[in-house]
Amino acid sequence: MRVLAALSGGVDSAVAAARVRDAGHDVTAVHLALSSNPQTFRSGARGCCSLEDSRDARRVADILGVPYYVWDMAEEFRAEVVDDFLAEYAAGRTPNPCLRCNERIKFAAVLDRALALGFDAVCTGHYAQVVPGPAGPELHRAVDADKDQSYVLAVLSSDQIAHSMFPLGNTLKPQVRAEAAAAGLLVADKPDSHDICFIADGDTKGFLESHLGEQKGQILDRDGAVLGEHSGAYGFTVGQRKGLGLTVATPDRSPRYVLSIEPISNTVTVGPREALQVRQIVAERPQWCGPVVADGTRLSFQHRAHGETVSGSVHVRGDSLVAELDLPVLGVAPGQALALYDGTWVRGSATITATA
Amino acid sequence: MAYLDHAATTPIVPAATAALTKELGELGNPSSLHAAGRRARRVVEESREVIAAAFGARPSEVVFTGGGTEADNLAVKGLYWNRQEQRPRPRILASSVEHHAVLDPVRWLADAQGADVVWLDVDEMGRVDPQQVHDEIARDPESVALVTVMWANNEVGTVQPIRECVQAAKPFGVPVHSDAVQAAGHLDVDFAASELDALTISAHKLGGPLGVGALLLGRSVTPTPLVHGGGQERDVRSGTLDTPSIVGFATATAEAIETRPQRIEAVAALRNELIAGVISEVPDATLNGDPRLDVAHRLPGNAHMSFPGCEGDSLLLLLDARGVHCSTGSACSAGVAEPSHVLIAMGSTAAEARSSLRFSLGHTSTRADVDELVAAIGPVVQRARAARSTASATSTAHQR
Repeated sequence: MRVLAALSGGVDSAVAAARVRDAGHDVTAVHLALSSNPQTFRSGARGCCSLEDSRDARRVADILGVPYYVWDMAEEFRAEVVDDFLAEYAAGRTPNPCLRCNERIKFAAVLDRALALGFDAVCTGHYAQVVPGPAGPELHRAVDADKDQSYVLAVLSSDQIAHSMFPLGNTLKPQVRAEAAAAGLLVADKPDSHDICFIADGDTKGFLESHLGEQKGQILDRDGAVLGEHSGAYGFTVGQRKGLGLTVATPDRSPRYVLSIEPISNTVTVGPREALQVRQIVAERPQWCGPVVADGTRLSFQHRAHGETVSGSVHVRGDSLVAELDLPVLGVAPGQALALYDGTWVRGSATITATA
Repeated sequence: MAYLDHAATTPIVPAATAALTKELGELGNPSSLHAAGRRARRVVEESREVIAAAFGARPSEVVFTGGGTEADNLAVKGLYWNRQEQRPRPRILASSVEHHAVLDPVRWLADAQGADVVWLDVDEMGRVDPQQVHDEIARDPESVALVTVMWANNEVGTVQPIRECVQAAKPFGVPVHSDAVQAAGHLDVDFAASELDALTISAHKLGGPLGVGALLLGRSVTPTPLVHGGGQERDVRSGTLDTPSIVGFATATAEAIETRPQRIEAVAALRNELIAGVISEVPDATLNGDPRLDVAHRLPGNAHMSFPGCEGDSLLLLLDARGVHCSTGSACSAGVAEPSHVLIAMGSTAAEARSSLRFSLGHTSTRADVDELVAAIGPVVQRARAARSTASATSTAHQR
């Protein structure tokens, strides 16, 4: 097959591309330039698409002996991912930009362009597995549970999955590094990236402040009593405990948590830990990774990246769905994706809008 | 393999390789006073004479540099700084289609040193208007530090009215620099006749080695140095003279001048076939720059074309996969093809600018190269168009 390998400049995508090449495919590498104003160097675990990453990606392609190009997706990335990230926070929600990037950039703009240019598939270093199933290729969790990235891929359609290759899904990360070292790839010991790539200094709150400006508002308790002031409701996430800046303690000195964020009145409501418990999650605009899930199906649910899963039943109501959980979960933030799993099989995802 | 990117770099001529490699085996720092030094210095000075004669300069007007970019920086920043010595002269007149080697030093002077830049307009063919040069200077002659206008454009190949620009500036005593990197060896570049104060040339665009160039510098101008040290080149440029590269440069220059008449004719003929062949395969492809294909108006090896509905970098990838080498224009350090500031200045939209490719021919080009491109371009454009229409559909199809 003709495979377009996306190379970030990191170790995972490098080994993924190497494996696809070694399997006998005709590989062409692309590095996505997602920032129109890239940093010169990568700093620790943060960011990507620095000029250093671009060079690292180029050197991987050299060593693999495959052609290398840079695709400028900076404008699409800004419009589809960064602007959306800001708009979601401004609306009191907590978005996942990686998931959005996979949905709109990597497996949409890039995959579509690759197919149109005559490639058969796109290969990335994501930790997830594509396995054949009775109704077509299925997306599954990676065997390395710590690295599993199926949550941020749960937005892919069956057609997108059919044209995606995730060669690392069956492998543990230490083995990936060892393989990179053995193949002479210079990125073998490059640190993993964890944070949001377009916030180079890792200061999400500062990034939001600089783009959204100061918006003073009130922090209330569940009865509507004013406990304090904040400089922007967007700086809070449901479930957050630290950094509330409250000076009045609760009578029993128990900690308070963010329960909800109301963008219209620009208020943040706080309360006790128990009040964070939810048994029901409502999510809209489901994206199915394969066959549509039947109403009432027993599944497990994951409501944030690297979060735990909880089992329950799903009720599909047109363009939204309701997850009835067997056990309560804490800190479910609107705007995050609710990923639906049948064992390791990713059935789909939807955007969380409400909880009860 | 069809190499159609001679404007990026053209193959070194065998005589230059021979001269360069021979000199690599020799001993001597040209600034040393002993016999070995004098031997090396003789090679440098003979090379300087060859280059001076080739471009209508005196040997003392040739300042060797580490390439065209350094020479451009020396001219632009060095003249700007020098011109501030008597009185503040904040204005720089620069064409809006300069190569980044001129564009970026000018922008830096504006951003970091308070220079006031007048970006000279170009018409839809990419030509500056000498009248604008005159009018802008006449508005406040004492405030102008320098004028810089390239001899011929690296992207679209348009030849600028350099003589007229110099004549417009001359009466006011304002120094004029021209980046002739693309022109030297291909057009009739005569420094004395041009009456320029400074002119940039580069070895690897005319069959010499990479990493060496020169600033032809009139005796009446003294740019402030960028690089301080031993003052080897007229106290304007320091650094041990690179004898092997310099002799390679001179050898290539001599050959380029000697072969120019026949070579230019042959290259231009192939270029004309290329344009006709591409248009016969892709009827809506258009030629950018000056439609007059003679050397008075356009570089003989340049064919810069737009392919409506395509992304230039898709075209490049698909042609590369078929062994055809070309360019989308100037690339930034990450390798991203930005919409060309040249085409934007000529009035193109960003989408039009992104849909273009530069094919550039040179001394090794053959009819087979052109045939290879013409055979590939039809299907490549068809495929790139499909990719483009998919991409624009993507933004609406994936809303959720």
